[in-house]
Amino acid sequence: MGEVIVVTSGKGGVGKTTTVANIGAGLAGLGHKVCLVDADIGLRNLDVVLGLENRIVYDITDVTAENCRLKQALIRDKRFNELLLLPAAQTKDKTAVSPEEMIKLCNELKEEFEFVIIDCPAGIELGFKNAVAGAESSIVLTTPEVSAVRDADRIIGLLEASEIFSPQLIINRLRPKMVRAGDMMGIEDIIDILAVDLLGVIPEDDQIVVTTNKGEPVVRDPRSMSGQAFRNTVKRLKGEEIPYMDLDESGFLTRLRKIFNRK
Amino acid sequence: MLDFLAKIFNKDSSSSSNVAKERLQLVLVHDRSSISPELLQVLKTELIEVITNYMEIEEESLEVNLDNKDEQVALVANIPVKKMKRMNKSLSGS
Repeated sequence: MGEVIVVTSGKGGVGKTTTVANIGAGLAGLGHKVCLVDADIGLRNLDVVLGLENRIVYDITDVTAENCRLKQALIRDKRFNELLLLPAAQTKDKTAVSPEEMIKLCNELKEEFEFVIIDCPAGIELGFKNAVAGAESSIVLTTPEVSAVRDADRIIGLLEASEIFSPQLIINRLRPKMVRAGDMMGIEDIIDILAVDLLGVIPEDDQIVVTTNKGEPVVRDPRSMSGQAFRNTVKRLKGEEIPYMDLDESGFLTRLRKIFNRK
Repeated sequence: MLDFLAKIFNKDSSSSSNVAKERLQLVLVHDRSSISPELLQVLKTELIEVITNYMEIEEESLEVNLDNKDEQVALVANIPVKKMKRMNKSLSGS
């Protein structure tokens, strides 16, 4: 029996879809059976981020309306055999699926997969309610901005109201240089405010734009900082204790090390 | 050395990240203080239950509200008492 995890943030544009794609690809890369569910009906995007947009035949609403069998709608990733996607519908709206249908769907999926990861739409309306209906745990995503942190706090409250307790936090798009200069809230500041457990910190990285352009998850890129950060996050999600990496390329410790290495 | 000095100066509470944190903490006190009408009703019912162990109250005119003022949130309850119960009576149960 697998686990159903919803990835949510409240605010849009903080990187939910990218995070879902990378966590999914990361878990599948470690040999786990993973199903990603795009719950953002009407604004389908997970397919294009994963580079699977040309292979969609059926979508989530075809499954809930019983136009097709669940297996027919699942798209297998070309790079990872164990990664499957249930795409959202693009021409319908959030009312096309009900929370009851989502619960049924999630129950069916977790029979088959070790991890079922749901990409939640932005907002707190029906789309959110649908996305969390079948989930038993959650990952809350934020960026170090006042608007995103405030929305994350609201979402944590709403998750509790839906009886999804102890969410795990991912801080995305952190810029270590700005944090060091006192111009961006740091990891401790955000944890202090939200009072939740930290799962991962992903640094701002141009490479995410480059890999997403090509429809490839950055988690597969062995050299990028964000790829490493996602690999660490995936291992923590599995329960491993992974220390947080030094995001600070020109940080104090790194500079000190350079000075000693020079000798 | 210059970096080191800059670092010290940036720990100053006027850095924009500290301003952000303080503003957020303030706004979240208000955000978090909202309570749904259903939950408030449950709270009222349970309050009445507890209080009637000790005194008779006018249940219809009982008022319970969350009050937001500046940086504080208070639970304000207005409970008109009709009659006190004899304490020895209510404690005998234990």
